[in-house]
Amino acid sequence: MTEKLVIIGNGMAPGRMLEHLFEKAPGQYQVTIFNAEPRVNYDRIMLSPVLSGEKEYEEIIIHGDGWYIKHGITLYKGHKIVAIDRAAKTVTSDHGVTESYDKLVIATGSVPFIIPVPGKDLRGVITYRDLDDVQAMLLAAQSREKAVVIGGGLLGLEAAAGLANRGMDVTVLHVMPTLMERQLDPAAGYLLQKAVEERGIKVICKANTKAIIGDGKVEGIELDDGRIIPATLVVMAVGIRPSVGLARDAGLAVNRGIVVDDGMLTSDGSIMALGECAEVAGQVYGLVAPLYEMARVAASHLSGDRSAAFVHSDTPTKLKVTGIELFSLGDFADGDDREEIVLRDASAGVYKRLVLKDNKIIGTVLYGETADGAWFNDLKKRQTDISQMRETLIFGQAYQGGSPLDPMAAVAALPDDAEICGCNGVCKGKITSTITGKGLTSLDEVRAHTKASASCGSCTGLVEQLMTLTLGDNYNPAAVQPMCGCTDLGHDDVRRLIKAKGLKSIPAVMQELEWKTSCGCAKCRPALNYYLICDWPDEYADDYQSRFINERVHANIQKDGTYSVVPRMWGGVTNAKELRAIADVVDKFDVPLVKVTGGQRIDLLGIEKEDLPAVWAGLGKAGFVSGQAYAKGLRTVKTCVGSDWCRFGTQDSTGLGIRIEKFMWGSWTPAKLKMAVSGCPRNCAEATCKDIGVICVDSGFEIHFAGAAGLDIKGTEVLGLVKTEDEALEHIVALTQMYREQARYLERIYKWAKRVGLDEIRRQIMSDADKRKAYYDRFVFSQTFAQVDPWSERVSGKDKHEFRPMASVGFNEAAE
Amino acid sequence: MNWYSIGRIEDIPLRGARCVRTPQGKIGVFRTAENEVFAIEDHCPHKGGPLSQGIVHGKAVTCPLHNWVISLETGKALGADEGAVRSIPVKNEDGALSIELESLMMAAE
Repeated sequence: MTEKLVIIGNGMAPGRMLEHLFEKAPGQYQVTIFNAEPRVNYDRIMLSPVLSGEKEYEEIIIHGDGWYIKHGITLYKGHKIVAIDRAAKTVTSDHGVTESYDKLVIATGSVPFIIPVPGKDLRGVITYRDLDDVQAMLLAAQSREKAVVIGGGLLGLEAAAGLANRGMDVTVLHVMPTLMERQLDPAAGYLLQKAVEERGIKVICKANTKAIIGDGKVEGIELDDGRIIPATLVVMAVGIRPSVGLARDAGLAVNRGIVVDDGMLTSDGSIMALGECAEVAGQVYGLVAPLYEMARVAASHLSGDRSAAFVHSDTPTKLKVTGIELFSLGDFADGDDREEIVLRDASAGVYKRLVLKDNKIIGTVLYGETADGAWFNDLKKRQTDISQMRETLIFGQAYQGGSPLDPMAAVAALPDDAEICGCNGVCKGKITSTITGKGLTSLDEVRAHTKASASCGSCTGLVEQLMTLTLGDNYNPAAVQPMCGCTDLGHDDVRRLIKAKGLKSIPAVMQELEWKTSCGCAKCRPALNYYLICDWPDEYADDYQSRFINERVHANIQKDGTYSVVPRMWGGVTNAKELRAIADVVDKFDVPLVKVTGGQRIDLLGIEKEDLPAVWAGLGKAGFVSGQAYAKGLRTVKTCVGSDWCRFGTQDSTGLGIRIEKFMWGSWTPAKLKMAVSGCPRNCAEATCKDIGVICVDSGFEIHFAGAAGLDIKGTEVLGLVKTEDEALEHIVALTQMYREQARYLERIYKWAKRVGLDEIRRQIMSDADKRKAYYDRFVFSQTFAQVDPWSERVSGKDKHEFRPMASVGFNEAAE
Repeated sequence: MNWYSIGRIEDIPLRGARCVRTPQGKIGVFRTAENEVFAIEDHCPHKGGPLSQGIVHGKAVTCPLHNWVISLETGKALGADEGAVRSIPVKNEDGALSIELESLMMAAE
């Protein structure tokens, strides 16, 4: 008989518990989850990489909606449980939903600690706990102003590094004399502070916050000693406390956390608790490894196996800030009965300290070089007597037995039950046996199947070494990155062979280059389609089925499956007739949102796919053509008003912009191509962060390229100065063609330029007139096939099938 | 259960898809390079993206929103992602296609 299991909280611990439970006892429980956060289960450890921009939210989701559906779980998103009725065995949410349970699991996690100082409620004061906090920080970071992080622990430093990465001027305030004093001794804390400061983050230790000042919103922080630190954002990261209010109200035994036995059972036999809110044997936990252990124990008990018991073990701490290596484990306080071994290498920035008691390791601090962390952890766990290797112990595992330093040997020497991934509790034997058993050859596969290095990722190096050990020559991470799983060839080889072998269709490429799949995948097909179109503009027939939907239907797909439509406004110039046509379309199709884009055009959002041809027909009457806002191709040429109007303008920047756009529209490029022309060095068109930009000066036109203002921010490089508009156009076109012919698909111009070298590009485009002319001519030839307005083609009936459902069935019967 | 005629195989581009409207929501009907036809719910298990707009490769489709790869045979997410969409039975009789839907009359009763 199925029992009803209700879970309060949808974090990583209950998520892992359910994974174990469904494996051990499928179908035993009908599961209902109440989640106060309005989303699915995501990897909270990875919030710092999301903040710093190294990951996206979508990449850190652990269980997508489909997982809940597959397991028949009812998930109430955004429902906070307000009451537990233990007599009636029910819970009630703030939206009034009441559910009964046979077994209840409380996994309410923790809440950030807010220091009780004046001003703590001001706008701009936030904590660092969930995705909403990250989003608030990202929003604040756009201002690139000053931020203060209170708390120099793990979370505070990760927040500070993330905000600094996003361009904010960050100060960390820490109340203790050294950073991360709970995990690091003062020496390592000092090294860490130096490394943090080298990243431009200011650190003030022994800083006691007296008040947060500001009128309505944060303006700064006042310290005890009277110092004032200006800030528009204050992040409090001073610690967490278990969230126990609900359990206390229900009359359960509560200490610091909800008191549970080593089987995760609370003082009520039908209620369990796990995660950060639970207290076992007087300890509460905040790192993921013990929480996952709790999840394993709880799942065992739920499935009826009461033998599992939670045992305390020390968890190593690592900081997830790219470029800072530190590892800390166990107890490292000084003491009369303790000895220590210390290694310092100031020039290499390395510090290692082992704390010993009775010839056994009880604590480890590693800074700068952490590869031996797993080995020291293993020695500590096993309580190995180290007296035999005492002389060389600190140099690490590779030095034992006189063998030379070799990280591979160190990993090879680890026993099978040595823990490799602390977050997920994966040991060496599990990884190597899965690699062999399932025939895995890539890091992604190993992550998918074993979860090793799939959480915080800090053991990635170890996992890769294990792969090398297990697979030998079959694993070579440094080799050329293949285009995708369908081939071993990299982009550059594929491009070269397409030309060398005269391959002129996707099947020909796949046949000749020995593709491993029958018809490629969503990564290689769009790339091949572009390479072929670029190399054989007159002979290759564009394969629409190998294009991403946006380029197939000439509009931009939105999250709800509707599309956005951006007509071309040459150089950002428009007129009454065009605006009227847009207004008419907006009225006729009830367009939900009309927005001005960053590229000086107008975006119509929320258009149904079936309506696209009719919308284009309406726009076409005023002469509009596709703005190709969806294309890996020429997007916009942004302009300022230039010498016709502006009192500072030196050249006709608007005219030049329009001329460039009319010459180059319709061309496909490896990635999107955005341009701008500014009429004077004041640069109102912001040409110096574009793929290609022009700054007009009295003596001519300064051509810029390789800027970026998206995921990366980068000012342009100067290609050179030319005297006339004709020359400017020729140089820009030649540069574009060189990029078209050489770059890898989806590689923006700044990344390509970095790869091939700025000097080489300048040499070919500025100094070699023959080369320049040849590039120019090839672009012009290619344009004779590319400059066809895709919208008017479709208004005239091309690709009709794209815009209509195949059939509508079942509706008549239903109405009977 | 009822079979509903939805059109002919040539109506769908090779390595492509079309969608069919039903009272139970949109269904994506896919035609592979090998001329096999599959039908699945047009709703990615990840964020509900319209699968019929994705790139079709082998016996799978890549969702246009966040690149989940869904098997056309089973409706299950491939690779490490977890999730599934409903597969809908489809019949191909000399190019004439029909799909099977659960009793739709129920809805009106």
